[in-house]
Amino acid sequence: MTLPILLVISSGLFCIGLLAALSRRHAIFILIGIEMMLAAANLNFIAFWRFGPQPAQPTGMMVAIFAIAIAAAEAAVGLAMVIVVYRHFRSTNVDQLDRLKG
Amino acid sequence: MSTVAFAVIAILTLAAALAAATLQKLMHAALSFAVMFVGISAFFFLLGAEFVGLVQIFVYIGAVAVLIVFTILLTRDDTGKVRSFNWGGVIVAIAVFVGLVWAIAKTKSLPLTPSQIEPITVQRIGELLMTNYVWPLQCVGVLLTAALIGALILVMEEKS
Amino acid sequence: MNSWITNNVWLIPAAPIAASLLILAFGKAARRAAAAVAIVGQIAALTMSIFAFVPTLHSHGFRAVQNFTWFTFGEQILRIGFVLDPLAAAMLLMIALVGLCIFVFSIGYMGEDKNFSRFFAYLSFFSGAMLGVVVANSLLLLFVFWELVGLASYLLIGFWIERPSAAAAAKKAFITTRIGDMGFFLGILLLYHRSGTLLFYDGGRGCLEPVALSAIGSSVTLVALLIFCGAMGKSGQFPLHVWLPDAMEGPTPVSALIHAATMVAAGVFLVARVYPIFSVGAINGVTPSLTVVVWIGVITGLMAALIAIAQFDIKRILAYSTVSQLGLMMVSLGAGGVAAGIMHLLAHGFFKALLFLGAGSVIHGLHHEQDIRKMGGLHRLMPITFLTYAVGMMALSGVPFFFSGGWTKEEILHATSNWPRSHLPHYLALIGVILTALYMTRQIIYVFFGNRRAASEHAHESPSVMAIPLIVLAVCAVFLSVVLTPAWPWLESYLTGHPARFDARLLIQPMIVVSLALVGAGVSVGIWMYRRAGEADPLQHAQPALFRFLENKMWIDEIYGRTVIALSAILARLSDWMDRHVWDALVQDIGRIGQFLGRVTTSADERVINAGVDESTSGAHGLGRLMSRWHSGQIQTYLGAVALGMLALVLLYAWLG
Repeated sequence: MTLPILLVISSGLFCIGLLAALSRRHAIFILIGIEMMLAAANLNFIAFWRFGPQPAQPTGMMVAIFAIAIAAAEAAVGLAMVIVVYRHFRSTNVDQLDRLKG
Repeated sequence: MSTVAFAVIAILTLAAALAAATLQKLMHAALSFAVMFVGISAFFFLLGAEFVGLVQIFVYIGAVAVLIVFTILLTRDDTGKVRSFNWGGVIVAIAVFVGLVWAIAKTKSLPLTPSQIEPITVQRIGELLMTNYVWPLQCVGVLLTAALIGALILVMEEKS
Repeated sequence: MNSWITNNVWLIPAAPIAASLLILAFGKAARRAAAAVAIVGQIAALTMSIFAFVPTLHSHGFRAVQNFTWFTFGEQILRIGFVLDPLAAAMLLMIALVGLCIFVFSIGYMGEDKNFSRFFAYLSFFSGAMLGVVVANSLLLLFVFWELVGLASYLLIGFWIERPSAAAAAKKAFITTRIGDMGFFLGILLLYHRSGTLLFYDGGRGCLEPVALSAIGSSVTLVALLIFCGAMGKSGQFPLHVWLPDAMEGPTPVSALIHAATMVAAGVFLVARVYPIFSVGAINGVTPSLTVVVWIGVITGLMAALIAIAQFDIKRILAYSTVSQLGLMMVSLGAGGVAAGIMHLLAHGFFKALLFLGAGSVIHGLHHEQDIRKMGGLHRLMPITFLTYAVGMMALSGVPFFFSGGWTKEEILHATSNWPRSHLPHYLALIGVILTALYMTRQIIYVFFGNRRAASEHAHESPSVMAIPLIVLAVCAVFLSVVLTPAWPWLESYLTGHPARFDARLLIQPMIVVSLALVGAGVSVGIWMYRRAGEADPLQHAQPALFRFLENKMWIDEIYGRTVIALSAILARLSDWMDRHVWDALVQDIGRIGQFLGRVTTSADERVINAGVDESTSGAHGLGRLMSRWHSGQIQTYLGAVALGMLALVLLYAWLG
């Protein structure tokens, strides 16, 4: 368990999350992807904390805790929006959400 | 010994993540999503951040995953019309992965072994939260409140 | 008081000019106030003239001079000033008194005119300017006032601006006198160049004093003749006399004031004023310039008297009579009788004004009829006018003893008979006296005697506001005869500075007998010729060709028209052609160049700049359209873009180390 390996794993998780966010049409999948990316970032923080110069200071842990809290809030809001969009469009296909087209 | 466990947890996590990203059926994807989080928590435990790992299980699996399942239930789609897969996204993701790995490989002087520490107790975390990190704590509290209220307002149907 | 007025002589012209400005400032509404202001100004001038006259009586050769600096340019100082001597004082009195009578007369005569206030403003202005001519001590200041007098004359001749004949007459007057004034100005320049000063009297250094006169040297004749040009123009001497009869287009009070009594007298006054320049180097009182003056005067006098016999307009007869009398005055001045000439000028002022006002009264009473063939038998209908007119006629004809004109005319004949160069002017002057009596008799018979012809039917006497000035002037004409008799030549002694003695024997002199005989001859011939005058003039009947020649003013106007005016018309057409075809063409060509440049610029603008701008905008358009394709509205696209951007940053960071 070395730091580079951990970093590669967290990068892989991140990219899988990115994959989910970019290539799926369903709105919930995009949210899943975002949550995955956040989790990967948390993993990165903890890894750096653990292998860092001052692991006695749980700075990395605190960041991770807060990040989890924020991610949860963001998930709640995002899912609420998905519900609202579903009510309006009767579908969760993001291809139809193109009002921002310029 | 820990190396094997590490490898297993890593493979499990990655596989679950991949499954969550690519499965067609939503429910299956959501469930593998939860499994992935279990794997990540295991990582946290391995790295000595037990509290964070537990919080992760509580919040992510207990709340976020459940929330997602509920939302899937609420937004039932008639037999999924669009099944197309966007290959552009795959290419971007692979490109990003390659780039990141390359950056990691290029970085010199990455420490290879973790240093020994005493376990961080919950008490210690609580103390820190209330002293050094009290402001972020309050802000996050406010944020959560706002998010909840916002979500409720978004979802509440107007009385017509 | 006396010394105050002699130190402030400038106030005398200033009063009427100030009155004029005041009237002009307040517009045409206040008619009565306008007349009152003008008359008050004139009375002020008269009062001050009387006060100025008194000290000149005390000592012979009195002269009060006041000079001051007007402006300096570089190192040259221009000084002007005012002078008060017997010549000026006598002229002041005459001008102020005659002017006052005419002002009062005008209240009645111009009563129905709608430009009443403007008339009095112009009259006051003229009066002030004329007074200024008389008291000026600098040739330049005199010239300034001279021009102002000319301006006032122009404004007043053309007073009825809606009449084209009046406007033309005003223009003719101005232009003709301008020709004279050009010579005058050249004379001033030459004088200044030679003598270095334009002041008349300057404690010995003035241009009329010996030092400057000798500095002028040989060009003194030229200076004198140039100055005489101005006098010829203003006093209507041949050949610049043509404006004076046309000037009768103005209202009759104007004719009385300007063209009988005062302005035309300015020329004679000028010659008297600068007489030392004329008489430099005189041998027996004869110099080349004075000789010219005599001959021109005598030609004018005779010619005008001949023309007057054949005129039918009541005012034109008087106008030509004025020209003739002015010629006579010039003859007198040229022949050495300066005092005689000035005395005749003063007397002429009074009785000619009287005659013109009388004519004005007749015109007014006959509702603006001016042809004498339509008048007649007025002596019963307009008694006051008739009596005063008769007084004036007798003064003009030269009836001695009771009427001033007689004495002065006799003095003039006396002076011409003593002229060493030739006796011809004397004989011609005698003929002139006969003619004067002749045409005046003709006029008075036509107007006042005989049967009542067309316009006389509705005649009425003039109101007292017009009659009283007539009476005052008649009294003056008679009164002057008292101070003019050779038995007690008070006026002459006053003017020349010689002491006067009362000598009754001088009442009977050969010249007096001669002049009496001539006047009597003229009057009787006139009565005999014209006693049955009617619509047709007897002379016209007897000598139609001669009459037509005289009636058409000896065709002088027509000669001028064919020669001088035609020449200036040719020059004008030439200038017009040059302007139109040469300069205009040049300007147009320049304009066309500008137009061409404009077209080039426009096409460059359109083709190059506009096109460039259009291309760039369509380029921007295309670019925008291209880039808008990225804004697909799909969040996944945006997210992909963000990921790629982040990747680039990471790579960059890693590569930079």
